[in-house]
Amino acid sequence: MLAGQSKKPKLEVLNATKVYNTRSGDLLAIDRCSLEIMEGEIVSIVGPSGCGKTTLLWSMSGLHGLSAGEVLLDGAPVSGPNADISMVFQDANLLPWRNLAANINFPFEIKGVKPDRIWIDELLNRVGLEGFGGRFPGELSGGMQQRAALVRALSFKPSVLLMDEPFGALDSFTREEMNRLVEEIWLDTKTTIVLITHSIEEAIFLSDRVVVMSPRPGRVASIHPVPFARPRSMEIMATKEVFDLTNAIKQEIVGTQVSRYPNPAASQDQPTPVTG
Amino acid sequence: MSKSDAIPQFKGKSDSPGDVGITNMSALTSGPGIKSAREVLAIILVAVIVVGGMELLLGFFEVPQYVLPKPSEIIVALVSDFPLIAPHLGHTLVELLGGFAIGATVGLILAAVITQFPFAEKIVTPYILLLVTTPMLALVPLLILRFGFGYEPRIIAVALASGPMVMINAATGFRRVDQGKIALARSYGASTLQIFWKIRAPMALPMIFVGLMVGSIFGLLTAVGAEMVGGGFGLGNRLTSYSSMILMPQFFAVVMILSMLGILIYVFFFLLGKKYASWEA
Repeated sequence: MLAGQSKKPKLEVLNATKVYNTRSGDLLAIDRCSLEIMEGEIVSIVGPSGCGKTTLLWSMSGLHGLSAGEVLLDGAPVSGPNADISMVFQDANLLPWRNLAANINFPFEIKGVKPDRIWIDELLNRVGLEGFGGRFPGELSGGMQQRAALVRALSFKPSVLLMDEPFGALDSFTREEMNRLVEEIWLDTKTTIVLITHSIEEAIFLSDRVVVMSPRPGRVASIHPVPFARPRSMEIMATKEVFDLTNAIKQEIVGTQVSRYPNPAASQDQPTPVTG
Repeated sequence: MSKSDAIPQFKGKSDSPGDVGITNMSALTSGPGIKSAREVLAIILVAVIVVGGMELLLGFFEVPQYVLPKPSEIIVALVSDFPLIAPHLGHTLVELLGGFAIGATVGLILAAVITQFPFAEKIVTPYILLLVTTPMLALVPLLILRFGFGYEPRIIAVALASGPMVMINAATGFRRVDQGKIALARSYGASTLQIFWKIRAPMALPMIFVGLMVGSIFGLLTAVGAEMVGGGFGLGNRLTSYSSMILMPQFFAVVMILSMLGILIYVFFFLLGKKYASWEA
């Protein structure tokens, strides 16, 4: 496929099934999802609201167990949080009582290892946050907070980065900037990235493959390869190929929704306790 | 673990009832800052007018000293009788600090532990509410019967008055669970204890300060009240003694000392909150 990408599977999701016990009974969030993510690949997961994207990602991270099926990292089952896997959350999720330096130090405090200062300074430089170590999250813009969260997530050199709608709360310009930043960092580190997003454009810009999930219970509906060379420019995003691919994915997501809820407006009213 | 997991949810803020108290805290701690020399001047000017005006009015209408002494008489009494009052201030401080230390420690530990077990919390909460709402002064006569006229009944009363205050506020703080932040810590492999110290405790800190502030002021009230009930020492005892002797300047001097004590407590926790919990505001 693409340059710099080996054929070894990094993360394997095998028949992942997850049932939540809710007050109104059991809720089948994802149903026999299987997915293979290669080493150094960027894979996006898109799908309608409440299709279990976040549940799938949390299972990959080991934050959640599965009701059935399993997740393998380098062939070994993931049974809990793993030092090789790092999460980026929906909001930046910085700890407001710590300044940036202390926030970035947080994973090392928990793990009880010494931080790699040189690497962290390099990351801070790259995202343009050098000299902001003494600032508190409340003093930073949303984009800066999310950049700090990115630095924190990459600070201990995980081999897998799981991103749960990381840029959903940002304005579209900041979002594009963040996308470029992620690609830039990826070109250097070749970290395997799984990204959940609501933006098909973001998914196409960043990913080697886009996974479309069906509405609840979430299943892998289809997988679209994105065969554009990197680094991708904003001009590529304006080509007909991208436009067609965007449309195809959009159609697919809307199509599954329509088949399930004949009145598209009605789908808005469906209870969706699962975000993502 | 698989079936009992909570559905991952992100709101970006805590989904707890603690926010009312937090607003309290920021209301308590975010008084308007003084901006210029002109404001300082205005504040001093008003104070001079109020105190000086009282002085003049009380003199002009020849209000007798036993009704309301002049500010100057109070200050004279405060200075000249301070050596007599100081030991009593010391006694009151011992009762306050001793009782508050016991009450706050027990209250904090109880809050931290009880909030980890929602069921136990439900059982204990009514009693805590009872302790919060019942004036502990009511128990002082009983405590004196049992423990005599020394420090003990007063320290116990202060602990009983301040502990539940600390506990109920701290518990509100500890209940402010932000699943996102806990998930963050867990994703790095944090243990339950690490989650407590690195996530739950700092999140609870602003409410803990509120509890300590309210609890210590309640403690001061109770200490002074208990001293008025019985026993031969303490600032509360001075109040009853001076008023029975109609030594009004001395009486008001003690009242002033008590006000200062209250303000000191407030400023202390204000600064503490500003230093360690300012991220909340």
